[in-house]
Amino acid sequence: MAETVKLLGTKGSPYSHRAEVALRLKEVNFEFLHEDLAHKSDMLLRYNPIHKKIPVLVHEEKSIVESLIVVEYVHEAFNGYAILPSDPYERAMARFWARYIDEKVIPAFWMSCWTDGEMQKGFIGQAKEALTILESQLKGKKFFGGDSIGFVDLAAGMVAFWFGILQEVAGISLLNEEDYPVLCRWADDYCSVEAVKESLLDRKLLVAHFASKKEKIFATKAPVYD
Amino acid sequence: MGETLKLFGWKVSPYSHRAEVALRLKGVKYEFIHEDLANKSDMLIRYNPILKKIPVLLHGDTPIVESQVIVEYIDEVFDGHPILPKDPYKRAEARFWARFIDEKVRPQVWMSCWTDGETQKSFIAQVKESLAILQGRLEGKKFFGGDSIGLIDIMACSLALWFGVMQEVVGLNLLNEDDYPELCQWGEEYRNAEAVKECLPERELIVGFFAPRKDRIFAKKAPVYD
Repeated sequence: MAETVKLLGTKGSPYSHRAEVALRLKEVNFEFLHEDLAHKSDMLLRYNPIHKKIPVLVHEEKSIVESLIVVEYVHEAFNGYAILPSDPYERAMARFWARYIDEKVIPAFWMSCWTDGEMQKGFIGQAKEALTILESQLKGKKFFGGDSIGFVDLAAGMVAFWFGILQEVAGISLLNEEDYPVLCRWADDYCSVEAVKESLLDRKLLVAHFASKKEKIFATKAPVYD
Repeated sequence: MGETLKLFGWKVSPYSHRAEVALRLKGVKYEFIHEDLANKSDMLIRYNPILKKIPVLLHGDTPIVESQVIVEYIDEVFDGHPILPKDPYKRAEARFWARFIDEKVRPQVWMSCWTDGETQKSFIAQVKESLAILQGRLEGKKFFGGDSIGLIDIMACSLALWFGVMQEVVGLNLLNEDDYPELCQWGEEYRNAEAVKECLPERELIVGFFAPRKDRIFAKKAPVYD
């Protein structure tokens, strides 16, 4: 029987990662369709005509796009593991922090890596503040979701795995154990979770990928696929 | 549950309106606390220390922030008018359009009003494309939500009133009946809906905010409150 769940994504993308981990946490049988973002497939363009981006979840021929929307869909459509909390207020908090990661943490960190001079100093200041605020949310818990990973942990997957790689390639040390001991401990714990491990690319491969594109990314301040 | 509801907001803000219309759709009693964004109250800063923005919904002693997070919280906690659909796929679809509005339409609309020359031309082209896409989603229905107001309608509220006012103040005529007949028709239906009428600001209030601040907003490309 053909899989009714397909995930169009790439292993190198933290956004694709969010969707993949969600499916693995729910133990959904799915087919991972690797997209070459330099040559987007007809299927990708058909299922996400407006944004033409991954990840795209295809479930019974219907497509769901935008990584956090995919994660919420997976939480709601499949039984099993609770990715979001059952309490409405806790759910609102989870949605708030996922948004904070996407709107404050990631952009500031990304731009810290790919700018220089005064502009870089500005972004580094913003990134440090955002990381401090994010770290404070761990508040003695193992994960943002409590004893097990949840919505905010998935949203922060980029922090746990990609941030270390990006800063290494860029030659800066923003997220380090001295300044963010709790966040770094969380990152190790997150990356050790089975469902997460299964979806992560080999670190060396990702470092090599970003290092080879460093100048182009610095010039455009955007990911480069070709 | 008899906990009190307070909404810290500002009538000129469409984000504040989103939260208010959600409360009115559910028929719940709340106290509206006007915030002067040039002199933010201690209470606002206490309840939203990270972002220091309105709207803030205070349910008992519990603050919830970010307009879409508030709207989804209200939908989940209170019975009555459903704001999001029950079906997970339709929920994902509603959230997709909410994000499209906040990440594409609104920033493009804003920048088309507050830039000039080639930059403005570029934003105007983006707005035209986005409005056409959004109008297509109406598919001949009264509201994006079908027969009654749903999440997408609430998130698109600025297209029903605020954009019209802003474009008048800056001398644009992008959103007009000739080019976007269905969207303008939707705007009228939205403005006349009972729950909306009760909390929609007067046009003059919005003009009164933008007109005297036109030059400063143009310089900053962001709202100016004093």
